[in-house]
Amino acid sequence: MEKIVIADNVWILVSTAFVLLMSVPALALFYGGLTKVKSILNTIMMVMVAFGIVSLVWIAYGYSLTFGGDVQGIIGDLRYFFLHSIKPSDTAPSAPNLYHYLFIFFQMTFAAIATALMAGAFVERMKFGAWILISFLWSTIVYFPVAHWIWGGGWLGNMGVLDFAGGIVLHETSGLAALVGAIMLGKRKEPFMLPSSLPLVAIGTGLLWFGWFGFNGGSALALNAQAVSAAFVTTLAAIVGGLVWMILEWIKFKKPTSLGLFTGIIAGLATITPASGFVDIFGGLVIGVVAAIVCFWAVVYLKNRFKYDDSLDVFGVHGVGGMLGAILLGIFAKENIGGVNGLLYGGGVGLLGKEFLALLVVGIYTVVLSYIIFKIVDKMIGLRVSRDDEIEGLDEALHGEKAYIKEY
Amino acid sequence: MKKIEAVIKPFKLDDVKEALSEIGITGMTVTEVKGYGRQQGHTELYRGAEYVVDFLPKVKIEVVVTADEAEQVIEAIVKSARTGKIGDGKVFVSDIEKVIRIRTGEEDEEAI
Repeated sequence: MEKIVIADNVWILVSTAFVLLMSVPALALFYGGLTKVKSILNTIMMVMVAFGIVSLVWIAYGYSLTFGGDVQGIIGDLRYFFLHSIKPSDTAPSAPNLYHYLFIFFQMTFAAIATALMAGAFVERMKFGAWILISFLWSTIVYFPVAHWIWGGGWLGNMGVLDFAGGIVLHETSGLAALVGAIMLGKRKEPFMLPSSLPLVAIGTGLLWFGWFGFNGGSALALNAQAVSAAFVTTLAAIVGGLVWMILEWIKFKKPTSLGLFTGIIAGLATITPASGFVDIFGGLVIGVVAAIVCFWAVVYLKNRFKYDDSLDVFGVHGVGGMLGAILLGIFAKENIGGVNGLLYGGGVGLLGKEFLALLVVGIYTVVLSYIIFKIVDKMIGLRVSRDDEIEGLDEALHGEKAYIKEY
Repeated sequence: MKKIEAVIKPFKLDDVKEALSEIGITGMTVTEVKGYGRQQGHTELYRGAEYVVDFLPKVKIEVVVTADEAEQVIEAIVKSARTGKIGDGKVFVSDIEKVIRIRTGEEDEEAI
């Protein structure tokens, strides 16, 4: 009890609210604005419902499996099942400066947004029931174990793998699962993007950016220099990512689009995430530039080359960005920021090697297990809505609603 | 009596309305429509993916006038809606058999 630091608790409670804001409404609006008018409500619901389901699963057993007593480095035990043994005044074992409930609450929003993030690859064609089942299975089988490996006292974390705010734990897992799911679902009948509202995407982008202060800044788990630095470099990477993406579009397609600017901002944010607490301002700026270039390549070239229909580019922006950020962390980490040096500052290739290993192991695990989960759900209830429902739009077909009704 | 329908570029609507009111035309019906002619469609760009929009947004104006006024109205529309670039639209003229004002029951030229 005596270790509780009130300022830290204030900051992390605020950060928790920020990360909540990132899902609902930020991600929901961001994805909704990118979706065709006839399926916008379904998209918003996919994000919100996943957030809800994973939050409940988190308090039931997710927290325990992730941060409970370590079993062979692989998974947590069930000591915190339904949080039954925890009192509100307890301190968190993983962060003794924080109330235990607050730590659980903060991490809950991470698990929830990781799953919700994936939805962007499946919108406009997935059965709603299938998505609910996937949210439940995926968070249980993929997210909790991987989060345990890196953050919960598991084998990768013990080896020295670093991931400040979830480039591997969230963005790689969610991005790769999005890719696997998008391929298994198949292309939409109208596989072009026809955004219902780019201003909504703009609001979503701004709110995501705002929320990322809690996401990355909060991951310091205290109100300290590292938190400030992480939030600062996060913003710089976002700015640079957006501007560079816009310039690339201007050169390549002769027009700087708003969606390009927004996408670049998100690419910068996703890419800086794992590195945010370990790199300095210079590192953050370089990461923003590289994020825009590599994610641009993934979205514009890679996707068209392999012809998968990742509806809203979850893999191209978040998956690729998260993985890229984990690698750049191994290069640009600086000791006076986060206690470790990367390749550029004389830390050798050790950290870089560990990041690569983690990316590889988590990548293979995610792809294989996600494939199995999608297969199971496909057998049980089917992944995809009927052709007619898809053409009519999921809002009316699945929910009996329309986003905008004309009245006379 | 003649009905003059003009499909024009949406941003030219105000100019056309002004030109018509200058020659004493007091009413018109305006509809938002979509279509294409020789101009064909255009492309939109979302994250590098080009999307071809076949039907372009246009505005259709309908005015019913006496046969004497028709030429003047057509001239005003053509003049005010023209940009000189492809896609300026078309004017269609047809005969009208009967016009009735619902409120008063007046007919034909009285009712225009």
